[in-house]
Amino acid sequence: MTGLGGPGAPGAPSGRPGPALDIARAVRAGSVSALETVERYLGAIEEVDGELHAFVSVLHESARREAGAVDAKVAGGDDPGPLAGVPVAVKDNMCTRGIPTTCSSRILEGWCPPYDATVVQRLRAAGAIVIGKTNLDEFAMGSSTENSAFGVTRNPHDPGRVPGGSSGGSAVAVAAGMAPLALGSDTGGSIRQPAALCGVVGMKPTYGTVSRYGLVAFASSLDQIGPLTTTVTESAVVFDVIGGQDPLDSTCLERPVPRTVTALDEGVEGLRVGVVRELVEGVDAGVGGAVAAAAEALAGAGANVEEVSVPELRHGLPAYYIVAPAEASSNLSRYDGVRYGLRVEADTAEAMNAATRAAGFGPEVKRRILLGTYALSAGYYEAYYGQAQKVRTLIIDALAAAYQRFDVLVGATTPTTAFAIGAKVDDPWAMYLSDVCTVPSNLAGHPAISIPFGSDGSGLPIGVQVLAPALGEPVMFQVAAVVESEAPVLAPPRVHAP
Amino acid sequence: MAADHGLTRDDAAYVARLARIDLTDDELDRYAVQLAGVIAHAAEIAALDTEGVEPTAHPLPLRNVTRADEPRPSLDRAEVLAQAPAVEDGRFSVPPILGEAP
Repeated sequence: MTGLGGPGAPGAPSGRPGPALDIARAVRAGSVSALETVERYLGAIEEVDGELHAFVSVLHESARREAGAVDAKVAGGDDPGPLAGVPVAVKDNMCTRGIPTTCSSRILEGWCPPYDATVVQRLRAAGAIVIGKTNLDEFAMGSSTENSAFGVTRNPHDPGRVPGGSSGGSAVAVAAGMAPLALGSDTGGSIRQPAALCGVVGMKPTYGTVSRYGLVAFASSLDQIGPLTTTVTESAVVFDVIGGQDPLDSTCLERPVPRTVTALDEGVEGLRVGVVRELVEGVDAGVGGAVAAAAEALAGAGANVEEVSVPELRHGLPAYYIVAPAEASSNLSRYDGVRYGLRVEADTAEAMNAATRAAGFGPEVKRRILLGTYALSAGYYEAYYGQAQKVRTLIIDALAAAYQRFDVLVGATTPTTAFAIGAKVDDPWAMYLSDVCTVPSNLAGHPAISIPFGSDGSGLPIGVQVLAPALGEPVMFQVAAVVESEAPVLAPPRVHAP
Repeated sequence: MAADHGLTRDDAAYVARLARIDLTDDELDRYAVQLAGVIAHAAEIAALDTEGVEPTAHPLPLRNVTRADEPRPSLDRAEVLAQAPAVEDGRFSVPPILGEAP
């Protein structure tokens, strides 16, 4: 692995490395042990997670054991990997063998998967240590982490507000210093939106570049796993570690995944950047101002920045809220009280299924299953699901046309900054509007990243989004690194590990 | 192409049966209203002209993938069954599917 030697090393990114890479360098050099590092982060979780509730389980014993193995490699002169000794918080919809994986749902409470997700294996093979499993909206359905069966997660910048979702626990773990990096999953914005609301970097890769094996399925044509980190450099390093073909996921791309770390240093001179009108119209003034400032900074750094309109993106949200629930209603049929998880006993199998699902699923999951079942039911299939699939094509074609003129597109990640806990729980569409700027990338299968860019008048973080065409991760990171270097300094969260 | 957006309480009860979820009367009342609201927004795309547009089910051109037909270890049966709510003779146990239990 190149690019991790720090400033001055050949090919090293010039941006700030970030806490995860600082740890990896120190552990590999033998100046800090993995075990000390794990103890420090376990202490941080102990200190602040009572207030924030980012974690649904903290893995004291297995984390110490994994740290011991990393330290033994260092002592033995073996290379422990590019993420040596780095504690990682994993969203609790990714399987960890023998460790409960709940999806923040009663229906899977206590379930211990008999296998590890591929991403978990790859992180461990790179020397990272799984320190805990993070809270999410049940089955990743939500934009606030309020839909968890195990209680809300709070935003460290203002604990009265949501952290976003559904990867809210992972975003908070990184933002509050309880883990130097985290994994999330992004079906309609579930990595980028909480990253924006918590002031961290969140990246959704090109569909098919990261294995979904061991990711509990929500909407299989949209789901991708990606990193939440403090810096763009760390995001690229984690993407390079977790990406790549996997025989256990038949929807992985056969082409090699582009390596990104080497692109971070290249600047934006001469790159064509399109600021997408539909990804800034109607957003809060502070958010719009941040996007404009980021665009100006890119122009100042030598990019050719122009405004562009992609009107088809306006249809993204309605199409998404047909396609995603339709796929979810099919995927979640597996929770039937037979092979794992909860069972509510009844006289017949069908009554047992219906009673189990009534008791095991929370309100938002029920709503989405009902919505998806409706959209797929006889008489409505063509009008809703069939039409949404065609709109998906329109969006893909419109983005393809935009990428004829531009190397990357830029817009807001979210229309607002973090909202108050409880503000949108009774109005599903108001909640769904949080995803309006992020769903197009999922429908198209394209990569996108949210980079913190200052704060609003209340000190709440704002995210700027950089979008790229399929397999455009190198140019996406290249632009993101410049946005990061030009971003106003964000005040540390009110609640943060000492 | 325009669909009827008026999702009724009966529609909600019907899809709940299809989806195998018991709902209380209160839940039905609430979800019927909330779903009708979401459907009304989703229906914004129903009016779009998509004549001649191919549907996209998946972002990648997928083809069937097969692996070499070679024996290899599978998940441990005891470990898998240990997660099941009810087990009998090394198999998953379920209530009767048809008629009376034997």
